[in-house]
Amino acid sequence: MNSEALKGIRICDFTGQLAGAGATKWLASFGAEVIRIEDPIRQGRWDILRGNEPFKDERRGINLGGAFNNHNTDKLGITLNLKTEKGKQLLTELIKKSHAVTENFAAGVLDKLGFGYESLKKIKSDIVYVSNCGFGHKGPYSHFKTWGPIVQAVSGLTFTSGLSDQPPAGWGYSYMDHTGGYYMAMAILAALLHRQNSGEGQWVDMACTEVAVALNGPSLLDWTANGNPTRTPEGINSNRSQYLQMSPHGIYPTKGDDEWIAISCRDDEDWNALADVIQQTWTSKYRSLSERIENQDALDQDLSCWTQSQNKFELQSLIRSIEVPVSAVHKPQDRIETDSSTENFHLWPTVTHSEIGEVRVDGNPVHFSESDWQMNSGAPCLGEDNEKVFIELLGLSKEDLITLKREQVI
Amino acid sequence: MSVLEGIRIVELAHERVSWAGKLLGDMGADVILIEPEEGTASREYPPFLDGQPGENRSLYFWHYNTSKRSVLLNLEQNSWEFKKLIETADILIEGEPTHRLSDLKLDYPELSKLNRKLIHIAITPYGRKNPLSNAPATDLTIMAAGGPPWSCGYDDHNLPPVRGWGNQSYHTACHFATMSALTALLYRGRTGIGQFIDISMTAALNVTTEAASYSWLVNKSTVQRQTGRHAAVNPTGETQIQCADGKWANTGVPPRFPEEFRKLHTWIIDLGLEDQFPESVFLEMGANWEGQFDLSQIGTDDTITAIFAAGREGLKLIAASIDAYDFFVGCQNVGLAVGIVNSPEEAFEDPHFRERGFHVEVEHEDIGRHITYPGAPFNLPKAPWSISKRPPLRGEHTQEVLKELDE
Repeated sequence: MNSEALKGIRICDFTGQLAGAGATKWLASFGAEVIRIEDPIRQGRWDILRGNEPFKDERRGINLGGAFNNHNTDKLGITLNLKTEKGKQLLTELIKKSHAVTENFAAGVLDKLGFGYESLKKIKSDIVYVSNCGFGHKGPYSHFKTWGPIVQAVSGLTFTSGLSDQPPAGWGYSYMDHTGGYYMAMAILAALLHRQNSGEGQWVDMACTEVAVALNGPSLLDWTANGNPTRTPEGINSNRSQYLQMSPHGIYPTKGDDEWIAISCRDDEDWNALADVIQQTWTSKYRSLSERIENQDALDQDLSCWTQSQNKFELQSLIRSIEVPVSAVHKPQDRIETDSSTENFHLWPTVTHSEIGEVRVDGNPVHFSESDWQMNSGAPCLGEDNEKVFIELLGLSKEDLITLKREQVI
Repeated sequence: MSVLEGIRIVELAHERVSWAGKLLGDMGADVILIEPEEGTASREYPPFLDGQPGENRSLYFWHYNTSKRSVLLNLEQNSWEFKKLIETADILIEGEPTHRLSDLKLDYPELSKLNRKLIHIAITPYGRKNPLSNAPATDLTIMAAGGPPWSCGYDDHNLPPVRGWGNQSYHTACHFATMSALTALLYRGRTGIGQFIDISMTAALNVTTEAASYSWLVNKSTVQRQTGRHAAVNPTGETQIQCADGKWANTGVPPRFPEEFRKLHTWIIDLGLEDQFPESVFLEMGANWEGQFDLSQIGTDDTITAIFAAGREGLKLIAASIDAYDFFVGCQNVGLAVGIVNSPEEAFEDPHFRERGFHVEVEHEDIGRHITYPGAPFNLPKAPWSISKRPPLRGEHTQEVLKELDE
């Protein structure tokens, strides 16, 4: 049975990539009816993940993209050519039956298609409209374009991920596409809540870069209140503790190829417990916190010499047993196959995709006692739900659909 | 009226959950922060105002605790007050060890009897059912367990994987807590039913790693970290460029449309750099290309390969000649999604965010100062976001709230 949490809510969804699709994926998993609209002429390729790698097997095709499947579970998919009059009319009918319109195009794209907020409001006065773009619809950079890595660079998050004497390492994935999607979901939910309370709709203009800037955390206030910058001549080693003084605090090599372990000693007690396990004379050089902080490079080197002869999981068990914060640096296979905590949390549900078949996807890291999420179906194939939506919802006939297809409207 | 006006949230103070309380508080909820007598630990975290440690001077605490009221309650001794508070609450957010509340008979089974509509959100490293949640952990170790560092770092794998700063494991769990709270409120609005919500921090990170997880899930391939760009199964080209002022820029997707090649060529001419760039001829060819490029031909078709190489080299040449900010704005004006690698303070001071109203002045009347905070992550024009209160002093609202309970 589908989740009851958001039952009865219908989303007219133009989102794509991850920054938008991730938001409506959450809504769909909690039972909202998310109708994804794609351009039949370009085969929905505005979303670069559609038909792109990874692929489950040797087959290739517009419906077989693994990332696209991951981000679009349990959504309905229809095609609609918004450059045609009939396409615009059908969209208008769909909006009348929807509670929210969502998109993450570059600023102004939906408006140019004739469906900016002013038009949406005329079609349905209480419509919720949430747009998510890199710099928002207002402000001097509103015409600038972004991807996740650009959002991360501009906002400060790339800068604060790296090792000293090295260029920024940044985030090796689009952290801000994921997180932008989370905030977009919050914005949609908050606006729906306002609608539930007051009957009013509205336009929420979200700027993903703005979200990202706030995620720099307390260092922002250290700047605004104290004038202390994070850009300093010493540079940044972000494996070290950012605010509280903790040492050792880093990622150290273990036995094997590219195997690592994270260890953080919060205080003298943690360090003494670790030193007892290490049982080597060099540990006595670092008895006090100030000795450890002042000689962090040397300490890291000494500690690395000790860790690199050991197996990462055995070392993790050992350090865990003395109550010192530790974790193996998990590879994807470690997290998904070896670490039973993810499977036990039902984090990787298997969904059924009409063409790909059965495949595991990212689930939600939460469980609700009364209206928990479900992920059952894979992403829709291009136009997979045209009959369901145009016939069952909008009342068209099968013959109408044949005509619309011939006229390249759907 | 803010969207959560009239919603009361009880937050058991814990550094791992405070961001969720702040996000919901700034949306208008009445967030009551329950602290032990000595105050929550993060009140003593640096950085401090003017670099001086002291009570109510932690900028760390401030950042995460706007729009909250502080009440000192010892759950062991003041369970009556806590229960009274829960009777008036809509949401409880906590990050306690898995057995603490049940040992006190103050867990969801007991609390839901007092208040059927209560939404109880628990955030722990591995979820409420996993004893590993009680093992000591820091942002670093939670991040390593949850996946991000594996994908972050450098081409040189002798250098360790990198954990980015910012408490992102706390943030990510709190984002799911906030989404969960709003989802559960919508459900409750329709049905009147509250519920218990179990959030795992490591699970939250596990599903926030993009290709790292789904490459494995789809076909059991493993991404490898690369300098300043996406970890990938197959190595990809560099995207970070150092500019004339020493700052870095991320070039994102290099030029791939004729119009982009044309504008890039014009820019090189305008900067007087054409003499140094014999590859200009390929930019011209790119500019005059008929139709779309077949991107799959890069590396096999000599002409297409040379055109795309010229695009990348042209960007490098410009970057080496001008400052990162000018490179960023210049590229964007050409239509290329390029970003300057700002430090957090440079990002904050950028005129774009100022103009959007992202700088929010909060009065700290107790010390006679105004402090500038980051503003709304998103704003509902009909139900505005605001920092309704400066971060509370320790126990500032204990009497006020207890009095409300008596009324």
